[in-house]
Amino acid sequence: MSQPEQNSALPEAGTRRRGSGYHWSTPSASRIAPYLQVAPISAVFLFFFLIPVILVIVISFFNYQTYDILIPDFTLMNYQDVFSSSVTYKTYWTTVKLSFIVWAVTLVLGFTISYFLVFHVRSRSRQVVLLLLCTIPFWTSDEIRMISWIPLLGRDGVVNNFLLATGIVKQPVEWLLYSQFAVVLGYVHLYTVFMIVPIFNSMMRIDKSLVEAAVDAGAKGWQVVLNVVLPLSKSGLAIGSIFVISIVMGDFVTVNVLGGGQVASIGKEIVTDLSSLQFPPAAAESMVLLAFVIMLIAALVKIVDIRKEL
Amino acid sequence: MSDNNRKNEGNEHGGLSRRGFLKGVAVAGGVAAIGGINGIPSVRASEPVVLRLLGTGVTHYKEIADQAKKDLGITIEFTTLNSDDALKRAITQPSSFDLLDTEYFALKKIIPSGNLRGMDVKRIKHYEDIVSIFTTGKFNGRMVSPQGTAPFEVSYLDGEFGRKFSAKPTEWMTVVPTVYNADTLGIRPDLVPRPVSSWADLLSPDFKGKTAIINVPSVGIMDAAMAIEAMGKIHYRDKGNMTRGEIDKTIDILTAAKKQGQFRAFWKDFNESVNLMASGEVVLQSMWSPAVSKVREMGIPCKYQALKEGYRGWGIGLGIPSHVKGKTLDAAYEFINWYLSGWAGAFLSRQGYYTAVPETTKQFMSPDEWGYWMDGKPAIGSILSPTGQKVGAPGSIRDGGSFDQRMGAVACWNTVMDEDRYLVRRWNDFVSA
Repeated sequence: MSQPEQNSALPEAGTRRRGSGYHWSTPSASRIAPYLQVAPISAVFLFFFLIPVILVIVISFFNYQTYDILIPDFTLMNYQDVFSSSVTYKTYWTTVKLSFIVWAVTLVLGFTISYFLVFHVRSRSRQVVLLLLCTIPFWTSDEIRMISWIPLLGRDGVVNNFLLATGIVKQPVEWLLYSQFAVVLGYVHLYTVFMIVPIFNSMMRIDKSLVEAAVDAGAKGWQVVLNVVLPLSKSGLAIGSIFVISIVMGDFVTVNVLGGGQVASIGKEIVTDLSSLQFPPAAAESMVLLAFVIMLIAALVKIVDIRKEL
Repeated sequence: MSDNNRKNEGNEHGGLSRRGFLKGVAVAGGVAAIGGINGIPSVRASEPVVLRLLGTGVTHYKEIADQAKKDLGITIEFTTLNSDDALKRAITQPSSFDLLDTEYFALKKIIPSGNLRGMDVKRIKHYEDIVSIFTTGKFNGRMVSPQGTAPFEVSYLDGEFGRKFSAKPTEWMTVVPTVYNADTLGIRPDLVPRPVSSWADLLSPDFKGKTAIINVPSVGIMDAAMAIEAMGKIHYRDKGNMTRGEIDKTIDILTAAKKQGQFRAFWKDFNESVNLMASGEVVLQSMWSPAVSKVREMGIPCKYQALKEGYRGWGIGLGIPSHVKGKTLDAAYEFINWYLSGWAGAFLSRQGYYTAVPETTKQFMSPDEWGYWMDGKPAIGSILSPTGQKVGAPGSIRDGGSFDQRMGAVACWNTVMDEDRYLVRRWNDFVSA
């Protein structure tokens, strides 16, 4: 858990080197200095992450009634409810499936777009402008996005009218909106940028002379991409994957809006519990989800050592 | 003033255009005006009183706050949340508001927390005139349907700070009713191929893929129960308080319908229901009266169809949290008395809601408006919404007819069941299936 935060505290390898120089010159201060450096983030982490999570763990063992929402207790009932229900497994299956599809699509898109930005766009300012354009989906509120998908994908929407007019279909296509397809589309539309930024970041650091050397050594374009650019972008790919997977696994807004409330997701199940003031089962479900996502990310980090790659 | 400054700074950066300059001046003027109003001591209170009103937004209109300010000098600050979040806040953070407007069924969850104080009926000026649905449970001499959480069952407390409901009227009211209504299915008459006359049509294959259901268990389950009972598939002992077996059967039927593609969407938010209907994605769904009005305001036909099985009723009232005392408490009573004195009632009636004291409401409506909204008579002129949009043409009649016809046909109420916990779990299963 402390890995990403250390990384963010030390954004550049150069800073670290400079810091270690300082380290050798004054050995007494050096022992306290790193602790002071991590103190602010640790405090934030403690108060706004660790303590709340511990509270959620405690509450997940509480009992509850309609009229008494938190009854201190130690019961496994909430976890039994989670694991004994076939709906839990089905929901996890749906969520994992959606996450996987979204991950694969955003990975390809993110890599391609970043590659274009880094290796084809020459001017630095144009790169920044184009990168900022990728954040456009976040410029509107959920409400606006919710409404604006209807005229595009709806039964009487632009896409359906086009398909009907060109005779490709005879009946309006229903699955364009309020379906798993729509949910995936919404995720890709929103979260590709989380893939682009870290991949862009790692590609920018690739020494251009490596590419030149590869070309000089006779590598073809695709060989350069496959053997030079791809391996050196691995950390960006891994960080982007962590973003996308953890966001999609926990999402309950997009899935609700574009799934027409009918597509299952774990986040949505938790929200339904919370809405009905059923905090202990919501806490238990949150813990199960947290454990699941941590395992996924641990596996990912195992494959790509992000710290080494940075 | 800081906003104003920021605005002007922004203009300097972007070059001072004429339009930007005018905007800056307008903002400055607006801020000055507001400052001026706040500075004037109000007529009744020696210093301005602020009441923070938490609720679902059904009654949260700026016009009401403005009028209260004008008539009473009390500033009303709305905190508007959806019904689930409002309830959550009412139970977990009662000190964050001075007045609560809550749905009657939610009282079953709020009262045991001790967060609401009983309201002294002697301090409520129009108490005797409140519609008897809320006091004795009678309407036009007949008892209202007891299925679900009927308002009169949760209207009284056993003491000022009691945590238990009293079956009989006492001097301590939980909440004073503000608005209530009889809900039914909304339809798009232009897109529905045949007449709709029964709740069963919500699950009818004729409307496959074109119906929607509200994703709030307390409300959605009642719509579903009305439909399933109308189809003759289940005869509930009390559909407002189902047994586990009945919940299971209901959810099974709903899940099967969902898998066959009966529903186009589930909605939770008022605006979602309006969008679904206005866009034609859905042609038949359970709706709220103002949502129907809103679709009509867009010039799209929408009918609040009366059905033979009757309506699903609901009510909202204003309550005072336990922590409120002294001058704030006086102001809260003053505001509630004002609420019942007619202006607010007339305003909300034009939204299609009913109000607690019709006698006072009548004084603030034109005879034509009263005839249309309350008596079920054909409109003489155009019927306008509170914001001035046309919702009824001359000659049109309110869907479902008069107050007596509509409220008299309430078959069940929004509810919190004894098996609430089980219901929520199974509802989740249905939504995820």
